[in-house]
Amino acid sequence: MELVVFTITALVALVGAVAMLLSKNAVHSALFMLLNFSSIAVLYLLLRAPFLFAVQLIVYAGAIIVLFLFVVMLLGAERAEDDRDRIAWQRPLAILMAALLLGEALYVFFARANTSLASPATPTEDFATPVKIGEALFSTYLLPFEITSVILLAALVGVVVLHQHRQAAES
Amino acid sequence: MVPTSYYVLLSAALFAIGVVGVLTRRNALIVFMSVEMMLNSANLALVAFAQRWQSANGQILVFFVITVAAAEVAVGLALLVTIFRAKRTTDIDEINTLRG
Repeated sequence: MELVVFTITALVALVGAVAMLLSKNAVHSALFMLLNFSSIAVLYLLLRAPFLFAVQLIVYAGAIIVLFLFVVMLLGAERAEDDRDRIAWQRPLAILMAALLLGEALYVFFARANTSLASPATPTEDFATPVKIGEALFSTYLLPFEITSVILLAALVGVVVLHQHRQAAES
Repeated sequence: MVPTSYYVLLSAALFAIGVVGVLTRRNALIVFMSVEMMLNSANLALVAFAQRWQSANGQILVFFVITVAAAEVAVGLALLVTIFRAKRTTDIDEINTLRG
């Protein structure tokens, strides 16, 4: 049963990713990315990560997609990019390189496939309940947790500074 | 019970699709979306291994990655808006000077 849910969700995620890549309109790309993020959230649920399921939906499917859609519409960037390439061999080479990367990953995967990739011997449901994650965040990982607040503050200040600079240049 | 290897394979495939997006698309916004997708695929592998070893540590790392990704998106999109105001384009082939 779980395998069926996984297969369907994985297919949806892959289709969303490919469609994001191929669609000409940036708004459609953002919406296909939303599909991809939501199906990854479902996979988190399958992996017994309810906290990350919620965070993925709120932060990625909520905040980040809204930000992307907002910027796409603000810039009017949804029109198609022109198809001619500055460097003719760029696109085939890029696809070849990506295929090589995937092949390499698959090679390492199958050459090293061992016990670490099997399912856990005794799976439990509650190894990462929100309570346990919260306890770990505020004890073992307290310092990194505080540092993320600095990162968020830096991002906030950076965005404001960029905006201020632009206003000063315009006036 | 889905084997961990399936999740890792899916994550590798999503990462490769993200790489193709970064290398072939020239709309800076879509390049950015592809980067987000690569981050997401790495997160998926981390959560899969957290479940494999029945440990919450992998999930906490994913939590931090999501935080950093959110900050990165905010700054990156602000940069894109600033560049668009100056150059009137989001085509990364046109954005080829360091001065604004």
